[in-house]
Amino acid sequence: MEAKLKYYLQIADNALILSHRLSEYCSKGPFLEEDLANTNVALDLIGLAESMYIEVARQENEGRTGDDIVYRRKETDFLNVILVEMPNDDFAHIMVRQFFTDVFHQQFFSELRNSKDEFLMGIAHKSIKEVLYHLKRSSEWMFRLGKGTVEAQEKAQVAINKYWKYTHEFFLENDTDSEMLKAGIGVDLSLIKKNWLAKVEEIFTMSNLTIPTNDFTIEGGKQGYHSENLGYILTEMQFLPSKYPDAIW
Amino acid sequence: MNITALSKEELLVEFEAKINAEQKIEPLDWMPDEYRNHLIRQISQHAHSEIIGMQPEGNWITRAPSLRSKKILLAKIQDEAGHGLYLYSAAETLGVTREQYIQWLHEGKAKYSSVFNSPALNWADMGAIGWLVDGAAITNQVSLQKTSYGPYARAMVRICKEESFHQRQGYEIMWKMMEGTKDQQEMAQDALNRWWWPSLMMFGPHDSDSPRTGNAMRWKIKRETNDYLREKFINKTIPQAELIGLKIPDNNLVLLEDGTYKSGDINWDDFWKNVNGNGPCNEQRLAHHIKAHTEGAWVRESAFVSGFQK
Ligand SMILES: [Fe+2]
Ligand SMILES: [Fe+2]
Repeated sequence: MEAKLKYYLQIADNALILSHRLSEYCSKGPFLEEDLANTNVALDLIGLAESMYIEVARQENEGRTGDDIVYRRKETDFLNVILVEMPNDDFAHIMVRQFFTDVFHQQFFSELRNSKDEFLMGIAHKSIKEVLYHLKRSSEWMFRLGKGTVEAQEKAQVAINKYWKYTHEFFLENDTDSEMLKAGIGVDLSLIKKNWLAKVEEIFTMSNLTIPTNDFTIEGGKQGYHSENLGYILTEMQFLPSKYPDAIW
Repeated sequence: MNITALSKEELLVEFEAKINAEQKIEPLDWMPDEYRNHLIRQISQHAHSEIIGMQPEGNWITRAPSLRSKKILLAKIQDEAGHGLYLYSAAETLGVTREQYIQWLHEGKAKYSSVFNSPALNWADMGAIGWLVDGAAITNQVSLQKTSYGPYARAMVRICKEESFHQRQGYEIMWKMMEGTKDQQEMAQDALNRWWWPSLMMFGPHDSDSPRTGNAMRWKIKRETNDYLREKFINKTIPQAELIGLKIPDNNLVLLEDGTYKSGDINWDDFWKNVNGNGPCNEQRLAHHIKAHTEGAWVRESAFVSGFQK
C-alpha cells in the first residue's frame, strides 16, 4: 500500500478505535447530559473515519469498499496508536485518554490544514471544528476532576500516570510520517509534540494535575503491533461480516 | 390587583373548563392532586423508558455490521437520551427533581415500559425495535401531542418528529435483511417473532381491565384508549410485514371484511410477569442503570465541588 494511504489509515484508525471505546460507554455515563456528549464525540469520530476509509478505497482502486477496510482487515494492518485501545476503566481514564487525544487532534488537524493533499486539507478543515469542541469538553473535565474532590483529583492523576507512556506514540515518526512530511502532505510531528506538551501543561497547571516525570514509552500500534485489547475490539466489531461473509447489511 | 381566594370546588370547575376548551394546563396553574400525581407517574415512566430503552440497542453498537448502520444506531440511541432529557425536564415542572425520579426508579417505585425487559439477541432486533417498538411508541405519542399538560404536549411534539425516522430506519434494516441471505431472513423473522407480542403489550391492558383510564380521559391526559391505539398500530404494521415477506407470529390473526385485522389473544400473564419485575432482563436493565448512576457519583460530586459552570 502506498505511503499516503497508510497515512490516511493512521488517522482513520485512531478515530475508529477510540469511537469504539466511546460506543461501549453509551448509556453508562455519570449523568444524561454527559452520555449525550460522549455519543456526540463518538459520532464525530466515526464520521471522520468513515470518510477516510471511503477515500482510501477509492484511491487504491482495488474493488474494496470503505466497510471492507474496517471489517475485513486483520489486526496487524490496523495503524492506530495503542492509547486509543485502552479500556474504559473508569470516568477518569476515559476522560484522560480523550483529553490526550483531543489535544493531539487539535494540533494535528490545525497543521494538516496546510497539506498539499487536497483531501487531507478538506478533512482537516472539517475536523478542526469538531475537535475544538471535543477539546473544550475534555479540558473542562480535567478542571472539574482536578479542582473538585480529592478523590477525583487522585483518580485523574492515576489515569495520567498510567497513560503518559502511551502518549509518545502520537509523535513517533515512522517511515510513512517521514515520507509524507517530505512530500508536504503530512505534518511535522516534532512541532506537534512541542505544541501538544505546551497545551497539556497549560490545562494541567490550571487543574491541579501534574505531568509525570518519567519518560518510559510504549509504542507499536503505528507499525501494526498492538496491545492485547485490539484483538477483542476487532473480534466484536467484525463479528457479523466475519460470520456471514456473503451478507449485505 | 384582584386577588380572590377560590375554594377547591371553584378551582376544579375552572380547571375542567380550561381542559374542555382545549387549553393547556401550565406548571403554575392550579391542578387537582390526582392530575398532578397521574402526570408525575406517567411522564417519569415515559422518561425512564427512553433511558432504559438505550440498553437493548446500546448492546449492538459495537457489533453493527457497517459504518453506516453504526452511525444510524448510535445517533438513534442519542436521540432517545435526548427524549429522556426533554421528558425529565417536563416531569420536573411538576415539582419533583430528576434525582428523585431516578431514586424512585432504583427503588422500584417507578416503572418503565416493560418491552425493554426483552433481550436484543441478533442484529435484526435493531430493525425490529425501531420498526415495532418505536412504531408502537409513535402511535401512542402522536395522540399525546394533544395531551392537556402543556410541557408534556410540547415534549411530545419534538419527540414525534424524531421517532418517525427511527421507525423508518428500523424497517429499512428489516427489508434489507429480508432481501439478503437465508441466514439474514431467518434472523429477521426470529426478531419479529420475539418483538411482536411485547410491542402489542406496550399499549397496556385492554380498556376493560385498565384501572386508571377514567379520569385520565376526562382530564385529557390520555386522548385515546389502549385498544384503539393498539388496533391502529396493528393495522398499520401488518401490511408492512407482508410487503417484505415476514409472517406475523399470530395463528389466530383474522382479516375482517372491512379490511382491518383482528389479532389473537394477548398472553397477559407474560405482561404482568414483566411488569412485576420477572421478565428476562428486568434485573439486568435496572442493575445497569444503578451501576452507572452509582459509579458516576464521584464524578458528579467533583463537578459540583469544582464550581465549574459552562
Ligand atoms: Fe424516544
Ligand atoms: Fe425512538
